[in-house]
Amino acid sequence: MELTVNGQTHTVDVDEDTPLLWVIREELGLTGTKYGCGIAQCGACTVLVDGVATRSCVTPASVVAGQDIKTIETVEETDVGKRVVEAWVENQVPQCGYCQSGQVLAATALLSETAQPSDEDIEYAMTNLCRCGTYNKIRAAVRQASEA
Amino acid sequence: MGIMDILNAAPTNVSRRGFLAGAGSLVLATSLPVRPARGQEASDAPAVQAFMELRADGTVLLKSPWIEGGQGVYTAMAQIVGEELDLSPEHFEVEIAPPGGPFGINGGFRITGGSASTRSSYTLMRRLGASARAMLIEAASAQLGIPAADLTTEPGVVVAPDGTRLGYGELASAAMDLPVPTDVPLRDPETFRYIKAPTPRIDVRAKSTGQASYAIDVTVDDMLLAAIRHAPRLGLAPDAVTNLSEIEAMRGVHSVHMLDGAVAVVANKFWQAQKALAAADITWTEGQAKWPMPADFSSARFRDTLAKASGEVTPVESNGDAASALDSAETVIEATYDAPFVVHGQLEPPSATARMNDDGTLDLWLPNQAPEQFVGRAAEVAGIDGSQVRLHSQILGGFFGRHFLYETANPFPQAIKLAQATGRPVKLIWSREEDFLRDAPRPLGLARFRAAVGPDGPTALNVEVVGEGPTGRWYNAPAGRDPSATEGISGKPYAIANTQIGQLYLQNPAVIGYWRSVGHSMHDFMYEGFLDEIAQAAGLDPFEMRLKMLENSPRHHTLLQRVGDLSGGWQPGPYAVDGVQRARGVAMASPFGSEAATIAEVSLDLGTVKVHNIWTAIDPGQIVNPAVIEAQVQSATALGVSQTLVEELVYENGEPTARNFDMYPILRPDQMPDVHVEIVESGAEMGGVGEPGLPTVGPAIVNAVAQLTGRRVRSLPLSKHDFG
Repeated sequence: MELTVNGQTHTVDVDEDTPLLWVIREELGLTGTKYGCGIAQCGACTVLVDGVATRSCVTPASVVAGQDIKTIETVEETDVGKRVVEAWVENQVPQCGYCQSGQVLAATALLSETAQPSDEDIEYAMTNLCRCGTYNKIRAAVRQASEA
Repeated sequence: MGIMDILNAAPTNVSRRGFLAGAGSLVLATSLPVRPARGQEASDAPAVQAFMELRADGTVLLKSPWIEGGQGVYTAMAQIVGEELDLSPEHFEVEIAPPGGPFGINGGFRITGGSASTRSSYTLMRRLGASARAMLIEAASAQLGIPAADLTTEPGVVVAPDGTRLGYGELASAAMDLPVPTDVPLRDPETFRYIKAPTPRIDVRAKSTGQASYAIDVTVDDMLLAAIRHAPRLGLAPDAVTNLSEIEAMRGVHSVHMLDGAVAVVANKFWQAQKALAAADITWTEGQAKWPMPADFSSARFRDTLAKASGEVTPVESNGDAASALDSAETVIEATYDAPFVVHGQLEPPSATARMNDDGTLDLWLPNQAPEQFVGRAAEVAGIDGSQVRLHSQILGGFFGRHFLYETANPFPQAIKLAQATGRPVKLIWSREEDFLRDAPRPLGLARFRAAVGPDGPTALNVEVVGEGPTGRWYNAPAGRDPSATEGISGKPYAIANTQIGQLYLQNPAVIGYWRSVGHSMHDFMYEGFLDEIAQAAGLDPFEMRLKMLENSPRHHTLLQRVGDLSGGWQPGPYAVDGVQRARGVAMASPFGSEAATIAEVSLDLGTVKVHNIWTAIDPGQIVNPAVIEAQVQSATALGVSQTLVEELVYENGEPTARNFDMYPILRPDQMPDVHVEIVESGAEMGGVGEPGLPTVGPAIVNAVAQLTGRRVRSLPLSKHDFG
């Protein structure tokens, strides 16, 4: 099947039901996208599919063939993504960092869709788990990125 | 001997705590500073060349004895060395030091844990930086023909009286060839620029852009990927894969392996291995395990067993005559408290990559908190000498105690076996479900309290802590001398005239482990909850009663007042905010050399507890990075709220009923309170910062819930109680 990831089209030979996560990590060698739970609970595997934050661990690759898939590796190629990363750095959000690829992409999807999100918008969009508990900093960084 | 307890108790003279037979074989992390590098004269000069590489571009590669897992230790090491070296922390690259040599210890007791990293290596790191700076000055002196005493430094530069400036990069190579001086004076703390500053952490950008690489991301040429399924109950062994030929024929599958208590599938890709494993029909039979799980084990029944247990109670702390005081008291209250098993739930699932080399050596890439111990076990498993093992420790995608050496909780022995069996490098990843199944959870704990209550508060306290601590399990600490079994009930600062605290040892059938703040994670909840019960029985305000009990302990008294002020003044409530009743609770703890006091504010939302605010005042004695401390208190608070509200690993029929975050919730973003931190630097001996923010959170919440609802919760988590 053909997958368009970070603007490049790749032909990959995998079973239809292979989760997008494992295609990205193992076939394309992009390891910024993380495996956390495998059942769409934690969001560490979040990627953007046509701009929408998507949990790649339960998304069969075949379902998103032909769609525009973006991973953390190219997040800074958009103005919004760049702002989000800068806000993450300035607010010193990450601790262990493992969930943060997903967090950054979830924030990027939110702010691309809603430039000035309400608290409810943030609560609705930012549902990824962080075991280090960086949630206060995540919220501050999303706020800051939205005001930039 | 638990490293945490040792380091915690006496960072400069741990041997006096040695409760292990043969403690002479143990060398402690704090002996690390004085071990010379290979080739150096035996002296007390710090091993500059081993720890630091001064590069021609003026940057430094620093080898940290401690692994980075989000706690900011790489940044702290750069700050401390940079302070004395006179080089800004941003010019440091920090990586984990390899096992052994000047970094490791006889017997392998270097651990990243016990909130001990910074405090136990603070002086060493300062001396490393100071010695290296002296060497740079010496090299400049030789180059310029100017006496060293006439030279000084500015950040990254040696400066001569005539204004000549030589960058550290130009001097690096000459400086590193010089002998390491001893007795270099250290900077006056009054002049610190980097230590005590909120220095940004050096890995934040990489972690915000997906560039940070963890054990699960390791790639080795020609490697295969493996998935594993463990026996549902520890002690069972695989009997057969009844559809073996079908599994072996699946796409990408290399081979199927029967391991000790598990079946592994090795394939070209992890997903192929995982998919094949899911299709495997495995039958299990009774096998061997060091700690087999009883087939009828239930956590609920185990709790009742602890509650009813009788036997010898080994004294841990005593003063006065608690028994007599209780016998003669007019008012005696008693209560039993318990806390459940909890998993670590670090977001990076465990993995290990093993490669057996043609020359008989082994390379291992994995997460760990104790490199020398891992090397020792790896050598045993591979049947080679420890010197033939190269350990490549990876930064940790969360740890919280998950990556110590636990009998059945680490993937690397299996990865080694698979690499040997296949003749290829193998990366083994445990799925989240396997992590839940074989994690070494925080033990379920229970304590029985009795207090004699007078008009001013408790006049006597008797506590029996029932069960087993991880330091008993892994380091043979006997009952009564296992701090992990009682800390948080023992070691409290309150003045009570008659106190008797003891441990009734009862083995835990589960493979138990260290969990962030260890015994404190549950015992302070129990103690501080019961303390509020005492206040209630005496008709006293819980905050005022604590203040009075701390009158002769100024450090604690001050801290409690400071958290009261931080929260806008103590007000237990209930009071209404936006038409909803809220109340507050308070608690204190003395974990890992630091002191903490917390006030929590809660309300009820459809019968469940909502935590709005957590105010914590923390006194770590002396600080290195206030921004890191604030972040660590935030993080510890989140884990504390999480375990108080929702976490509980339930066992039925010898198996955990939850295998992932669907059936075992952890704190969600919308459940996170606003966390307010005040750092109080009392000047006492430096304490830890990674764990001390946790223990107070649970009791402050539970005390607030009691204030709000009149209901005293003595068993966590709150989610199993209906407040509707």
